[in-house]
Amino acid sequence: MSSPQFDASGPPAVEEEVLDRVRERAYFVRAETVRLISIAKTGHYSSTFSCAEILAALYYDTLRLFPGEPRHPDRDRFLMGKGHAAVGVYPILADLGYLDREVLDGYTRLGNPLGDHPDMTKVPGVDFSSGSLGHNLSVGLGMALGAKMTGRQFLTWVLLGDGEQLEGQIWEAAAAAGHYGTSNLVAVVDRNGYCLDGKVDDVITVEPLPDRWKAFGWDVIEVDGHDVAAVTSTFRALRDDTSRTKPAVVIAHTVKGKGVGFMERDFGWHLGWLAPEDEAAVHRELEETR
Amino acid sequence: MSAEPTILPEGLVERLTPRGADGAPMTSGSWHIPSMLTQSNGLLSLGRNLGELVEEGRPAVVLTPDLAFSNGLWGFREQHPERFLQMGISEQNMVSVAAGLATTGLQPYVAAFSSFLALLCCEQIRTDIAYTQLPVRLIGHHSGISFGFYGTSHHATEDIAIMRSIANMTVVAPADPIQMGKAMRAYVDHPLPVFFRMGRGREPQVYSGDAEFVPGKAIVHSTGSDLTIITGGTSLHPSLAAAKMLREAGVDVGVVDLHTVKPIDRETILAVAGSTRQLMSVEEHNVLGGLGSAVAEVLTEEGAAVPLHRHGIRDEYAPVGPPTHLYRHYRLDAPGIATEARELLQRRGLL
Repeated sequence: MSSPQFDASGPPAVEEEVLDRVRERAYFVRAETVRLISIAKTGHYSSTFSCAEILAALYYDTLRLFPGEPRHPDRDRFLMGKGHAAVGVYPILADLGYLDREVLDGYTRLGNPLGDHPDMTKVPGVDFSSGSLGHNLSVGLGMALGAKMTGRQFLTWVLLGDGEQLEGQIWEAAAAAGHYGTSNLVAVVDRNGYCLDGKVDDVITVEPLPDRWKAFGWDVIEVDGHDVAAVTSTFRALRDDTSRTKPAVVIAHTVKGKGVGFMERDFGWHLGWLAPEDEAAVHRELEETR
Repeated sequence: MSAEPTILPEGLVERLTPRGADGAPMTSGSWHIPSMLTQSNGLLSLGRNLGELVEEGRPAVVLTPDLAFSNGLWGFREQHPERFLQMGISEQNMVSVAAGLATTGLQPYVAAFSSFLALLCCEQIRTDIAYTQLPVRLIGHHSGISFGFYGTSHHATEDIAIMRSIANMTVVAPADPIQMGKAMRAYVDHPLPVFFRMGRGREPQVYSGDAEFVPGKAIVHSTGSDLTIITGGTSLHPSLAAAKMLREAGVDVGVVDLHTVKPIDRETILAVAGSTRQLMSVEEHNVLGGLGSAVAEVLTEEGAAVPLHRHGIRDEYAPVGPPTHLYRHYRLDAPGIATEARELLQRRGLL
């Protein structure tokens, strides 16, 4: 891990009980993802599995949230740039009290607010809609600039896919955020290495990814995206370090399909549907390895 | 060119003044301000109108993609730098940033060339602003073929068609700076996005300061039993002038300013349709999908028995040329509109 902020002693340690909770909720995200996709009969398992620890760390430790008041003006914002992994966010929102359980269980049914991509107009706790890749970093930049212009202290976090790094608008936003020094903006890149048609770097390479972000004026931190201690402590340090002057990007090295052996690094599982007998086996595997 | 460009603030004049090898300003007789800065007087009022909103305590924030000198917003930038976001040449990022700003309680006004705003940023506008129901104001200026010889990339002859097909979007085409100011004022608290289609700032004034602007309510300038011209935006002034020519030739002609293309004023369209033998829409836009198409939809749905001739650019890309030459080429100047109308009435046996 390299970090311009933590050179002296690395990020501060996080309490064991917090780490246990984040690990448990990462398991919960994966298990619920399997369950919900069985309702929809198609979905993005592997993109969601790669960011389970990231989502769990953000929602259960990093973000300052007001679940009883989803539009609280001082809440931290979280945007799912990689909106196709929204199926991993909905169980968290239900768990935190944003959604009723029956809404969650009606995932993708006709008229249900929960679709494959998050919708801010329908789902409490969703700070912005997504689905078109490349937009949300710009939107997050607008939120970060809006915080500065209105004197609010909240931070804006945007989770991006690594295939999404090929969208030109990402770099328009990166340039502007670097120019404006929006230190209240944090991007997290779920660097799972795969997009729909194969390995990202075989499709069109995004490397040298850390150097690209550095060149655009961002602080760059690389972590193992499944190392709960590293992810949680990094996010917490970014949240609490008020001396930062640049936007920050966390490049989280992850495994596409993480947690389910036959899905890991098999890009065929970008979109899929488990047969019922396989689903039971996946649940057993997740349970055994939690 | 005057040696005293008084419409420019001193600091700007200082920066724009070319300097000789010795660093001293060149003499006033040997340099000039780029013409766009002095000819965009109609757009200068845009910055003044936006400045008024800020001074009244409105949470307005203005964004432009490296176009403050083209759209006259440099004055706003000088006076309210804390409410001005220079977004550089990255229009799509700018539109999405505006969406994010709107979620924090600010009211973003985004000003850019209409071609790039409507076409390049169509998806950002639809997905990040309109679908999400955010009160972002989009100001597409230099619309139609007003860019003349700058070429097809800079011509916006599809913007109305694109914008009016986006749900939640209001589409307004003011005829002059006064109407633009009133339209901005009328929609200042509108909870959804609005697209304002402006010209290049060189349009002659049509309205006086006491003119009324009611959102969505067309202005009937005159009624005519032979022909009624339905138009708006940059085509209103030449249409009014053409009507005057036609009247002098004995044609009973009316003119309607359909400044709000969406939501469309069905009531007024049907009223004039019932009192005239021929309708003609006039627009600086492709006739497919623009103001004339919108009028045709109303007439057809309501079974109106009056024929409509859509006058505009008939599904082609405009050649390059000075704007005035292009307006002549497309019969979108006053004499051209009058000629188009006369030929139309002759074909129909009405003249």
